[in-house]
Amino acid sequence: MPDLEELYREVILDHYRSPRNSGELDSPPAHRVEGFNPLCGDEVVVTLLVEDGTLADIKIGGTGCSISQSSASLMSAAVKGKRLDDVYRLIKTFKGMMSVHESTLGPNDGLTGNGTDEDAGAADEPEAADLSKLGELAALQGVVKFPVRIKCATLSWNTLAQGLDDLESAAN
Amino acid sequence: MAGPDGGDTLTAGAGPLDVEVVRKDFPLLGRLVHDRPIVYLDSASTSLQPRSVLGAMERYYETTHANVHRGVFATAEESTRLYEEARASVGRFIGSKDPTREVIFTKNTTESLNLIAHSWGRSNLGEGDIVVLSEMEHHANIVPWLILAEERGIELRYIPVGPDGRLELDDLDARVSGAKLVSVSAMSNVLGTINPLRLIAEMAHRAGALIAVDGAQSVPHLPTDVGALGIDFLAFSAHKMLGPTGIGVLWARSALLDEMPPFLGGGGMILDVKLDRFLAAESPHRFEAGTPPIAEAVGLSAAVEYLGAVGMDRIRAHELALTGYALDTLAERLGTDCRVFGPPAGEDRGGVLSLAFRDVHAHDLAQVLDQFAVCVRPGHHCAKPLMRKLGVSATARASFGLYNDEHDVDVLIEGLIEAGRLFG
Repeated sequence: MPDLEELYREVILDHYRSPRNSGELDSPPAHRVEGFNPLCGDEVVVTLLVEDGTLADIKIGGTGCSISQSSASLMSAAVKGKRLDDVYRLIKTFKGMMSVHESTLGPNDGLTGNGTDEDAGAADEPEAADLSKLGELAALQGVVKFPVRIKCATLSWNTLAQGLDDLESAAN
Repeated sequence: MAGPDGGDTLTAGAGPLDVEVVRKDFPLLGRLVHDRPIVYLDSASTSLQPRSVLGAMERYYETTHANVHRGVFATAEESTRLYEEARASVGRFIGSKDPTREVIFTKNTTESLNLIAHSWGRSNLGEGDIVVLSEMEHHANIVPWLILAEERGIELRYIPVGPDGRLELDDLDARVSGAKLVSVSAMSNVLGTINPLRLIAEMAHRAGALIAVDGAQSVPHLPTDVGALGIDFLAFSAHKMLGPTGIGVLWARSALLDEMPPFLGGGGMILDVKLDRFLAAESPHRFEAGTPPIAEAVGLSAAVEYLGAVGMDRIRAHELALTGYALDTLAERLGTDCRVFGPPAGEDRGGVLSLAFRDVHAHDLAQVLDQFAVCVRPGHHCAKPLMRKLGVSATARASFGLYNDEHDVDVLIEGLIEAGRLFG
């Protein structure tokens, strides 16, 4: 089953079995945001703490399949402690990796409950150099071969982006 | 023997259903997926169609298509006749005494249930009136009533589901007391539980309530006789019973339909229209505004003919035996790793198997099974309240049709074993 081996890489299974940054931060002070995949019932809860332009802490809760759970875990490890500029760049690169196929889906297939996905199809296709910066996250590249699973992989990312947008609009 | 359209090899008769013969009538079963023969286990979601159904629809479009009613040219008359004959044959199929008045064509089960809530509900239910549902209902038999609850303050009561996946009916008398309507599924789309409708109908009537039945899962798989069941409304879909998508049925006793206001307004449902009022047509036309699904009705008619030729008793016997084989073999090969929700195999159990395998998420199970060309459905199956009760967010559901056989079950198990290997 070579296709399956490509989808369920060891890194993904590892993060699924032992999710990093699992749980919830106290909110407040942390900001709490929920994302839903109405098609399969998966849900993710992201709590994030932003201090001085840095994503100081993040925790992930919720339930879902191996792809949504591992993507959330990989994301939390990749963004924790990063400057917000870098977090935004990473979100864009990751969604770019997923976007080519996502944009070919039906109008609702790529949507999460919080409706932050409308920009996904428009995201630029990432450069190879960007992909190399994804590190472990690149393991999720195999997902694009399974279009219906892309929304599983992007659920936590859209939820994080929603959370950051909330904080930005609150600050303005 | 050639079927009615020369396409099917089906033979009616006694004795057990010959699944090898039946399978030849379903062209989609000849399809390869990932270079393997398709193993279609999603009939609770939508069934496959035999050649006779596809042929009837194609022939209708090629030789007859015209709008129904009021046409005087030859093809319009033929088209009207085919549409009304479909109504009659569907009515006979479920034991309707007066199909020309009691059988309404809708879009699907969901629309049929909404029609009951919208038309009968809005003219009979007000603040504090009680509607009894069950915890195993599909969203289609919950949300229309929740809308009425929000809109006019009706009260909803739920018959609980017990640990064995059956309805808890011990205190049904108390629960239906004072109710105006009981609306329940004949067979659960998650658990496969076949509910004792006759008993529930009796209790509902004794309490002075009507009984509506969601027959989406039962009508395609069990013999149905609305008179013997003693029910008042029955909703079901063509596409789960070998017919096309886009057409469903609401059957109701004509005395009820005569008193019900129209559902959708438009052409075909009136006797007269003036600028400030309209006069509604009689049932069933009163409830069928706009050009109906004509080709689909022709397809449904052919589906009912096919099911009738095989025999619903034989279909039920085949699926009962296959469900027994599946439950036994899953337990034998996978032991406690595999949990199947719902009652054990038996007379009150249909061919719907909601599976949990170790702690592998249903989405991942379905993905691995797809590589084996096994089609199962992961998710909440539009029954979120029931899933909460079961304590799971999703299951992988395998469901049978008359064309499934033991080999299909064996490939399913092969796929589950691979999922176990992959997720360790």
